[in-house]
Amino acid sequence: MAGKSEGLQDLSTVYALEPLAAADWLIVGPVAWCILIGALLLMLRKRTDVQPLIAIPALVVLVLMTLGLVWHVAANGTQTMTMGRWLPPFGISFTADLLGAFFAATSSLVALAAGIYGRSDVDDSGRRYGFYPFLLLIMAGILGAFLTGDIFNLYVWFEVLLIASFGLLVLGSGRKQLDGAVKYAFLNLIATTLFLATTGYLYGLFGTLNMADIAVKASELRGTAPLMTLVTLYLLAFSMKAAAFPVNFWLPASYHTPRLVVSALFAGLLTKVGIYALLRILGMLFPFEREELSFLIAIAAVLTMVLGVIGALAQNDIRRALGFLVISGIGVMMAGLALGSPAGLSGAILYAAHSMVVMTALYFAVGIAARLGGSFELTSSGGLYTRHGLLAGLTLVLFFSVAGLPPMSGLWPKIMLVKASLDIGAWWLAGAILVTGLLTTISVGRIWILAYWRPAPPDRSGDAGASPLPLGATAALAGLVALTIAAGVWPEPLMALSQEAARGLIDPSAYVLSVFPAEVQP
Amino acid sequence: MRTVIFRSIAPYLTSLMVLFSIFVLLRGHDEPGGGFIGGLIAASALAIYGIACGVAPVRRAIYFHPMAISAFGLFMAAAAGVLSIFAGVPYLSGLWIYPHLFGVELALSSVLIFDVGVYLVVVGAISSIALALEERDRD
Repeated sequence: MAGKSEGLQDLSTVYALEPLAAADWLIVGPVAWCILIGALLLMLRKRTDVQPLIAIPALVVLVLMTLGLVWHVAANGTQTMTMGRWLPPFGISFTADLLGAFFAATSSLVALAAGIYGRSDVDDSGRRYGFYPFLLLIMAGILGAFLTGDIFNLYVWFEVLLIASFGLLVLGSGRKQLDGAVKYAFLNLIATTLFLATTGYLYGLFGTLNMADIAVKASELRGTAPLMTLVTLYLLAFSMKAAAFPVNFWLPASYHTPRLVVSALFAGLLTKVGIYALLRILGMLFPFEREELSFLIAIAAVLTMVLGVIGALAQNDIRRALGFLVISGIGVMMAGLALGSPAGLSGAILYAAHSMVVMTALYFAVGIAARLGGSFELTSSGGLYTRHGLLAGLTLVLFFSVAGLPPMSGLWPKIMLVKASLDIGAWWLAGAILVTGLLTTISVGRIWILAYWRPAPPDRSGDAGASPLPLGATAALAGLVALTIAAGVWPEPLMALSQEAARGLIDPSAYVLSVFPAEVQP
Repeated sequence: MRTVIFRSIAPYLTSLMVLFSIFVLLRGHDEPGGGFIGGLIAASALAIYGIACGVAPVRRAIYFHPMAISAFGLFMAAAAGVLSIFAGVPYLSGLWIYPHLFGVELALSSVLIFDVGVYLVVVGAISSIALALEERDRD
């Protein structure tokens, strides 16, 4: 009973008693909304016609909620809500700072595009297997990871998104899909186990799981507790999640097997959750240990970006080539983490948001092209430019963007990162980013020339102009392309946002103050 | 496994176990028990019924698809947290009302709704797996 514990302790010291403002519900609202709608769609699993009609408006609401959260956090600073009225660090806190809110909004936009694209890409059997419920539930996991302020809760959200991603991977249960899913599941389970074991170790050292509490206590324990071990283990666990070299082999082995919209969603969002966790834990909680490890991270970053793009150059299957480009982008973000300066971190944050939108859009473009041209193989495709000029144009914009050419959104974060590495004299890191950009240009140029520019193979020129562009899918693609152009032409708001988010990581005092208001400091 | 004794006793055993699982669910707030363990007991009750009399009678008996039961439980659990929006307290806060029914004070709470949700999630998920495995057995 609620009354029984009153004899033991004055409840006002344990519970948060002041009432909440309505805007505070934006902190937990997106996650609760995804779970509610996901459960509703799961109940309507057999009604494949109704599912998109519920899911797409629900995703629109989700985008509005997360944009509202960005606005709320930008206007009023970091916001915290602790579950069940407990006071932190006893309750599980959800803490939305600018980094989490920015990533949440970007990923919701990507999910909305995937929901619209999925309407035409996922057939009835895929919907019966639960494409839309899993889409909403994976968003619950991703948004929960971005918004939680508790490190064990972060693990729980990783599990939620992992389970939903297994469901999405095997949608349809084909032989190739199960093969890809096993590789994906195996390495991800190892990474998750390592994450959990490290978190247990952290709890043993700190006696708390609340991130704000850890940030405060880390400075007291530094020098006495083996924090380096802890941080190195976290680095390994999250590098696996983010697919950084040398633990990246699972990604190209599995990302080309599921349905295209699922690949697009994974390429856009899942690796970025790993990058987010690296930024949060290494960048905010353990900045000194990150500094010690920065050379190691920089080496891994250079190898990831260069080997990733060389892998992309060697592929014949376009989807596999895109998988390698995802890895290459992870290297660029890791470079920002290695730098650790405000400019470096903000470059990594902006690049992550850019990569979420552009990688998803690239998979969409390739999927539409394959549906029209009939192939993911470079050797057997061609002639898309003459038949579908609009699609070829949109794809070219995305290729420019992923290579970091102006005027698309890939340019600015790369400039920030190159400048940040030159500032500290790391010319080789700057050089690696630039060389990666050049190699990316070559590899996407090769795809574009072979699949789009080259005339169609003679045996297939007969069906020229036969199939029209699928409307919904092209709209989803065009929306994302518009985002990358807008962010490239008018980058100031996003740059300011990511710089502010990076400042919040480097100096977490606002984060701590939001969880522990001055009067309840532990 | 389909012996006469087992088949005759299974329906009684199942109904007793489901009853017991509800008892465990309801006492769970203050004493050992709760939605998770209650759900496991109910799921094993359904599994016993399935082993004794076949999967089709179980599916008929629970009427809804196990996944739908599970989804409804998830919805209930999440919705129990949303109730706190009306009280102006953070998500998942325990809210209590004490109505008097037939002269007895009942302690009802949002925690109970959450726990029933957990119960349904576990019943649905575990029996979904168990029934699928039993069906595969007879192929």
